[in-house]
Amino acid sequence: MAKTVSPLFTYALRLGDDSLIAGQRLSEWCGHAPALEVDLSLANVALDQIGQATHFLNLAGAIEGKRRDGDALAFRRDVMDFTNCLLVEQPNGDFAQTIARQFLFSHYQALLFAGLAAVKDERFAAIAAKALKEVTYHATLASDWVVRLGDGTEESRARMIASLDWMWRFTDELFTMDDIDAAAIKAGAGIDKAALKSAWDQRIDTVLADATLGRPAARRPVLGGRAGRHSEHLGHLLSEMQFLQRAYPGATW
Amino acid sequence: MADEEFSVIPGLAKREPGTQGQTHSSATPWVPDRAARARNDDVGAILGLLSSVPDPEIPCVSVLDLGIVREVSEARVIITPTYTGCPATTAIEQSIRRALDDSGFANVAIETTLSPPWSTDWITEAGREKLRAYGIAPPPKGANAASLKNAQAPECPRCGSFNTEELSRFGSTPCKALWRCRACAEPFDRFKCH
Repeated sequence: MAKTVSPLFTYALRLGDDSLIAGQRLSEWCGHAPALEVDLSLANVALDQIGQATHFLNLAGAIEGKRRDGDALAFRRDVMDFTNCLLVEQPNGDFAQTIARQFLFSHYQALLFAGLAAVKDERFAAIAAKALKEVTYHATLASDWVVRLGDGTEESRARMIASLDWMWRFTDELFTMDDIDAAAIKAGAGIDKAALKSAWDQRIDTVLADATLGRPAARRPVLGGRAGRHSEHLGHLLSEMQFLQRAYPGATW
Repeated sequence: MADEEFSVIPGLAKREPGTQGQTHSSATPWVPDRAARARNDDVGAILGLLSSVPDPEIPCVSVLDLGIVREVSEARVIITPTYTGCPATTAIEQSIRRALDDSGFANVAIETTLSPPWSTDWITEAGREKLRAYGIAPPPKGANAASLKNAQAPECPRCGSFNTEELSRFGSTPCKALWRCRACAEPFDRFKCH
């Protein structure tokens, strides 16, 4: 018999994977950021993301019912089993590239969690309502930096433009709907992500105008993260994140 | 009577009266110490214990002051995290566990809830005063309505001046931002509105 995977498991997994990979990427800045202020900020945003991931992945594990908790899902899956969007796995690059990624992602998360906070399934709604306060703060932080860099020096402006230009191609995936989304909506646990796009556009455009920047030129969208087709970058990220459980399977302390 | 004051878990709209039969107004600040003294039952004893369990990162305030204890009964203590990723969450649970075990309440369970999400509005008045005395500017009330941009400058907890500026939106813990007083030139932590 074919194994049936609950669509809600996958739905929770995607939410958790997005937060986990975003958090892991940001935590790579810890101790390396251009200024203490930024180091503190990025590490704290990373902490929030990993906290959200813990909740969503624990929920996924509970739905699956195979005795896998959030840690098992985070540390004992290989790259093709990860369902995060491609945007969050993009390397940190320079500071502008990190900010561009966070800016686009945090505004998406803010709209997503505002929607999810109102779904019927209380397990999803509770995590989303909790996380919403956090990501709202992240969106403000990233937006401030987009303005500072975009409307800053010639150098910072050029880097901000190049970064947004690169990250932009991964944003369509955020609003793409598939069978899992449809099933989650039907079960009262999901929302129509495609419907968030216009509000997201508006938020992004407002900040870009403040930053005296234009919207990046439209690119052919790059998709595949939800189905486990990732960039080479994710494998490297996991090799570091999962090192301990790979070297010492089942280690606890 | 004091009965009307101590049953309030900060921020909880309405608790069922239960066996104590008390009523309360949500506008009344909860004073945990007084609550503990005023009751002789197990719930009172547990509340007394909790009022001496400090937050591991901001030890000047107790878990009750912070408003992270959502419900106390003879069977369980329900707590809620401040931030989803707050590393103190586990430490707090362990401290409460130890306090309960040491006082013969090993059977009292500790449960965690996410909903409704914690708000800085639940920090008690006493907690706010303790934060201020400790050098941390307490968050303004009305967190849910207020902008997260912290539009209003906080009062310097050292000299009382409002001539202050934000240095860093994040600080030494997830719940704080770093500010500086232009009047006395001292930096200080500000508890973020959340």
